[in-house]
Amino acid sequence: MSSGVIQDIVYVVALIGIGIPLGLYIYKVMTGKLTWKPIAALERFTYRVMHINPEEEQTAGKYALSAIAFSVFGFAILFLLHLLQGYLPLNPEGLPGVSADLAYNTTASFVSNTNWQAYSGETTLSYLTQMAGLTVQNVVSPAVGTAVLFALIRGFQRRESNTIGNFWVDLVKATYYVMIPLSIIVTLILVSQGVIQNLGAYVHATTLETGAEQVIPMGPAASQIAIKQLGTNGGGFFGVNSAFPLENPTPLSNFVECLSLLLIPAALCFSFGRAVKDSKQGRAIFIVMLVIFLMALIGMTMSENVAAPQYDGVAVSGSMEGKEARLGVDTSALWATATTSASNGSVNAMHDSFTPLAGGIQMFLMMLGEVVFGGVGCGLYGMLAFAILTVFIAGLMVGRTPEYLGKKIQAFDMKMVCLVILTPPLCLLLGTALSTFVPTITDDFTNTGAHAYSELLYAYTSGAGNNGSAFAGFNANTVYSNLGIGTVMLLVRFIPMAAVIFLGGNLAKKKRIPASGGTLSTSNAMFIIFLLLIVFVVGALTFLPALALGPIAEFFKTLPTLG
Amino acid sequence: MEEKKTDKSKKRGIWLAGLICAAVMTVFCGLVYPLIMTGIAQLTMPRQANGSLIVVEEDGQKVCYGSELIGQTFTQPQYLIGRPDDGSPSNLSAVSPGQEELVRERIQWWHELDPGNTADIPMELVTSSGSGVDPHISPAAAEYQVSRIARERGMGEDEVRAVIAKHTDGKDLGFLGEDRVNVLMVNLELDGKIS
Repeated sequence: MSSGVIQDIVYVVALIGIGIPLGLYIYKVMTGKLTWKPIAALERFTYRVMHINPEEEQTAGKYALSAIAFSVFGFAILFLLHLLQGYLPLNPEGLPGVSADLAYNTTASFVSNTNWQAYSGETTLSYLTQMAGLTVQNVVSPAVGTAVLFALIRGFQRRESNTIGNFWVDLVKATYYVMIPLSIIVTLILVSQGVIQNLGAYVHATTLETGAEQVIPMGPAASQIAIKQLGTNGGGFFGVNSAFPLENPTPLSNFVECLSLLLIPAALCFSFGRAVKDSKQGRAIFIVMLVIFLMALIGMTMSENVAAPQYDGVAVSGSMEGKEARLGVDTSALWATATTSASNGSVNAMHDSFTPLAGGIQMFLMMLGEVVFGGVGCGLYGMLAFAILTVFIAGLMVGRTPEYLGKKIQAFDMKMVCLVILTPPLCLLLGTALSTFVPTITDDFTNTGAHAYSELLYAYTSGAGNNGSAFAGFNANTVYSNLGIGTVMLLVRFIPMAAVIFLGGNLAKKKRIPASGGTLSTSNAMFIIFLLLIVFVVGALTFLPALALGPIAEFFKTLPTLG
Repeated sequence: MEEKKTDKSKKRGIWLAGLICAAVMTVFCGLVYPLIMTGIAQLTMPRQANGSLIVVEEDGQKVCYGSELIGQTFTQPQYLIGRPDDGSPSNLSAVSPGQEELVRERIQWWHELDPGNTADIPMELVTSSGSGVDPHISPAAAEYQVSRIARERGMGEDEVRAVIAKHTDGKDLGFLGEDRVNVLMVNLELDGKIS
């Protein structure tokens, strides 16, 4: 067995092995069953300065307003840091303020857990902006996702209740008990491997062959990279993200970063099962995600190895353009699969140079709505929306009122589900289509023909999936793209999020229907296959035409008979 | 009427809570967390935390030859040469004509550097890395260059191989990533800057 296959197997085993206990831990934390004195004291202090009563329950409206209010101020702080960094401390390179359109784009991207990189960290952002700006949103945006997920879960747990928990408590608990402790562990592992963590000025070194000056960027990188991976954020400390050796120096650091990337989204499936008092429900959702993930992983690895271009006089090999020698083909394919399923968007190799079908799989994973593990919290609530759609369609087939986890699914619930499922494709396809009308857009491509269209499609797919990875050949730092993609990122984050909160609120109001012989099981193999099909059919129907113009067209061009 | 009033003040309370919460999180997650991490890293792992720099004493002066983790450009035949960095990474489609042309140019470059060497060139020597500063190549790519380096330096091939072997790492834990040779470290040792 090749070491690449062993690495993939160990990866999946580790994901499940750590995911299950972590899922139970998150469940206990978020339901208040587990507290620890020092953190509880910090929690109480936080509530006191916020002037809120942690015992107070919120309706869906208040919960949504709280999430929006928090994100608005987070947005404001980050936006100002970008503009004013030139006048603020912790800026040893004396970097000036960022242009308003780039600041808007980066802020939208971090607040929406997308972390699209129109910026290049080491040449654009001061240490203060990286730490007090980006790192903060890296921590809190997944915490917001986790909070909203639990608001939805309470919709299933509660009966005839007007409230779905307290946003502030959910946010603070997710941050203090989950995000920060895990980040500390991962930070220390990364530093041990050679990821930098300092506040010093950039180092000016001498190169060996020519004696020329070489500038080595510095900064508090490890603490940000840890949460960038754990929180499915993905915005690199450096421009080329986790391909940069100081961000990801060894195969071991790579494994830890790659595992961190799916860990919390996978764990939340098990938290969900535990919270609805039926672990089989969480397991069913997890299996659906894992099956799609494995299919993508196999497809991507095969394409990169088998469909790679070969040249006379060069040893036969997988595709190595844009990949690091320490990581190689298989390791890069594993990461690319994980990052596009998880709405993380960090890269350890250049996606633009992947083989056409591998690039197509990356896009398709994002187009499925980032529900294959997906972002922290939002991936699972997206998949639960698909599960509700599935029971709805099954209900139509047999002429029964659909139910999910003992709750009747009615008109209002389906409207919210449609908002969750349809907002991203709408923004994606409209955004791409409108951009093709912009006359100057062709100046922003590196490639030509079908692959140039793929660069544009990938950019909007990434924005609309809140993913953040890129075909880096596309020059995204233009006023048009900064504003266009920035706005898409905000819409696809907050419209579905609000819909999920109101869905949770509406479900909580309902009675619980006891399961009977006629109830559709939502945890058996039949349901798993049905849910898989629904996810694929919705994704394929929506996006195959768009994909046909890009990666699929390019793939057929490589076939010898057609080329 | 009374109820409406409390509702309104509650809504104002939410916005105030949002502002304070954003500020608290900025201090806690943006300053306390990264600064404590910086402190711990600097105390316990200063070399790694500061970029794994290579500092050599030369004529009583300290010279920094860069970082063990950041690749440098080598073009002369007596050096081990790493990944191409002519405007890298290309970000071109792997199967595009543009990418093929780049690779052809690099194949020719290698053949001009060492005309007698007719072995197949390992792929990573004709493709650029993602970072553009990849510090490594595969052991096969180092072996491809052994005879040339030995000839240019008047060393035995086995001596060159020994230096390369010293700076070769296997897969982490035996199965993670790839075997790799650190190009800069090999060249520093070949030049006698480190031993």
